Amino acid sequence: MRKTLLTLFALAALALPAHAVQPDEILPDPKLESRARSISADLRCLVCQNQSIDDSDASLAKDLRMLVREQLTAGKSDQDIKAFLVARYGNFVLLKPPFEWDTAALWLSPFALFGVAGLLLWRNSRRRKAEAAPAAPLSAEESEKLKALLGDEGSTTKQEEADLPPRDTQPVVGAESPRENTEIADTSLPEAASDSGRETQSTHAPPAP
Amino acid sequence: MIVETGHFALALALALALMQVILPFWGARAHDGRLMATARPLALTQFALVALAYAALTYAHVVSDFSLVNVVENSHSTKPMLYKISGVWGNHEGSMMLWALILTLSGAAMALFSRAIPPRLLADATSVQGLLSVAFLLFILLTSDPFVRLDTLPIEGNDLNPILQDPGLAIHPPLLYIGYVGFSIVFSLAAGALIGGRTDAAFARFIRPWTLAAWIFLTLGIAMGSYWAYYTLGWGGFWFWDPVENASLLPWLAGTALLHSAAVMEKRDSLKIWTIFLAILTFSLSLLGTFLVRSGVLTSVHAFASDPQRGLFILGILVLFIGGALFLFMLRAPTLTSGGLFAPISREGFLVVNNLLLTASCAAVFIGTLYPLALEAWNGSKITVGAPFFNLTFGPLFAPILILAPLGQLLAWKRGDLFAAAQRLFAVAVLGLVAMLGFYAFQGGPAVAVIGAGVAVYLMVAAFAEIWSRVFPQGFRRRANAFGRLTGLPLSAWGGALAHAGLGVTLLGLAATGWGVEKIATIHPNESFAVGPYALQATSVDSGEGPNYREAIVHMAISRDGKILAKIDPSKRFFKTRQMATSQAGIVTLNLGQVYVAVAEQNADGSFDARMYWKPLVSLIWLGALVMALGGSLSLADRRLRVGVARRAKLPAGVQAAE
Repeated sequence: MRKTLLTLFALAALALPAHAVQPDEILPDPKLESRARSISADLRCLVCQNQSIDDSDASLAKDLRMLVREQLTAGKSDQDIKAFLVARYGNFVLLKPPFEWDTAALWLSPFALFGVAGLLLWRNSRRRKAEAAPAAPLSAEESEKLKALLGDEGSTTKQEEADLPPRDTQPVVGAESPRENTEIADTSLPEAASDSGRETQSTHAPPAP
Repeated sequence: MIVETGHFALALALALALMQVILPFWGARAHDGRLMATARPLALTQFALVALAYAALTYAHVVSDFSLVNVVENSHSTKPMLYKISGVWGNHEGSMMLWALILTLSGAAMALFSRAIPPRLLADATSVQGLLSVAFLLFILLTSDPFVRLDTLPIEGNDLNPILQDPGLAIHPPLLYIGYVGFSIVFSLAAGALIGGRTDAAFARFIRPWTLAAWIFLTLGIAMGSYWAYYTLGWGGFWFWDPVENASLLPWLAGTALLHSAAVMEKRDSLKIWTIFLAILTFSLSLLGTFLVRSGVLTSVHAFASDPQRGLFILGILVLFIGGALFLFMLRAPTLTSGGLFAPISREGFLVVNNLLLTASCAAVFIGTLYPLALEAWNGSKITVGAPFFNLTFGPLFAPILILAPLGQLLAWKRGDLFAAAQRLFAVAVLGLVAMLGFYAFQGGPAVAVIGAGVAVYLMVAAFAEIWSRVFPQGFRRRANAFGRLTGLPLSAWGGALAHAGLGVTLLGLAATGWGVEKIATIHPNESFAVGPYALQATSVDSGEGPNYREAIVHMAISRDGKILAKIDPSKRFFKTRQMATSQAGIVTLNLGQVYVAVAEQNADGSFDARMYWKPLVSLIWLGALVMALGGSLSLADRRLRVGVARRAKLPAGVQAAE
């Protein structure tokens, strides 16, 4: 078997490129033909780089396409045909590697990676949230002071008040300590006041129609 | 003589690169400004020397100097001039020369345009860039010397592989390499920052223009490669999840993640460690791609052993740079403080999700590409990881980005209002659903195509929702000063919107492949075939003679309702020297879709076997990439991105508040 494979490889390398699926290959029964196409799309042209036999010009691909069609006309099921080819060429012929013990890592690791990273991020943000001490609400005196300070800047007071976090909801998230919290408040105020700050626009603007 | 001059220039460039490794680095340690200042002239001269060597090699190809092995093996006196020039990089040695040329160009660009970067950081970064030059120049001189002469001169060369004799060869590799190698600047800056042990938000500002520029070129390079495959391979496939393609997609995905995380670092002084890691990762993946393509490891792990010198050398480079950078990272990362904690529902929170999804999809491509190699090396079993695997893993990991991207754009920094953002997008989402219904009603077809097209419409429109909300912050009814706000928008806002819209455009083109029509038939002259909405008729058959090939041409007319719309001439070319045939597809773009015909050799009775396609909206796949690149260019042109930190500090605080 190995020898035939090698001969096939050698032949395919020598041959001029023919064409992927040729008119004379097409089965008269359109149902069978469409099954043949979908099977072919999942089979690798063994001498090409990641091309299916349906797409490949190599003569080996043509032989395999003919083989698939012969077996289909003989009444075999899609599964039978694939199993036949796997028995002949190994899993190498399948473009979609089967889920087996030595491909489990292949199939699972992208999602496992995503899951683990996502979980870590989530836990991290939960932990930080828990660590963040709730900011003490402003006392009446402080509120007065704030109002007076903001009042100095003129008519934008109302707008800025709208930008401050509502009292009854969570404290500013992400603040690690009350000290840092005030820092954030400090920096966010001038931004809110400036016309170009995006923060201003997206928090208090009414939803678009 | 010219050839020897080139060879000598290359060796001299290596010597300068060595000096570039040592002098600025030493200067940074000894606080010697003069030593640090050597970086610029060294980098510039080095580039000039490599350019000279490259020009010498090109000259040898242009004049068909068959005393050079490289020219004999890859050229022919009758080869058209375009391919004599671009054929220089159509082989291993020449493509490594192009690599080195662009690497030293990047080094020179970094030395020239980085006056805003603190001198010590710049000195360390140029030193790392010098080390890269040393590695690749050594690689060329020791294992892949293009200047090797022959004792006995042949009369003719072996010609260039006919598949490469295409205008695509002149465009695709340079674009791709500028993208690949452009990321070396970002890598060097990250390594420099790690060596110096200082990173702050300003670092994101330094790397952003370089990341953007490299990303633009990589986007264009990948798109160009895909289009080249599409029109060359004869059946209209444009992406095969081939390891070589994956090798270019990996740095693109990592680079895209880097662009977004750098924005968070710049704005919020957060994600610093992650951004540095991505900066290292992106270029590491470029290096890995070079290794995969250049070592022969892809065809088989055994091919790698057959030419161990080159493969092992590149593997060594890989280990040195990736390993070294990661080691530095390990040492320094714990000392980097991450500031600016943030809420999950905020722009930066969504950018983190973007990074999570992009790196996970990058990991899926990485694992799928390398798993067969690893498995074969481990237990000898050979498997194939093809398109179905990537559709099932990369697909679901990347798809959420398409929905979430516009949402993230609408959220404010620090804490966003998800409900308000979703409300704004509601109308667009409805539009997407209506589009889905419309596509289903008029086109029918597979569910993937219908859903994909609907999502694409949503993405294209929603990409501009941020601009809308900035121009009409109080809703469309209260639009006083809207024009002022529109013209006052920074270019980077338009850039971001366009880049996202471009992704939608590409997605629409991809979805529309589900509505393609294929007809495989034997055509006789004057026979007419219906392909999709068009009728194709072979009007005549012709034969022609090119400079180094002969060809059989089929002239075809494409008509609709009896009116001829276009003519195409698909042909089959036969190259004499290499005894190889290529297929030149006949393609015409009609309403953003394409009629695509490829013919096989003529049969004895004068008929042709042909594959005929109608591919609706297919051109959008690559137009989308152009739009993405245009978006990137707009961002790059944004003045605020080019303003260095030193100058920026003098501006009043209010000016900085904008994005």
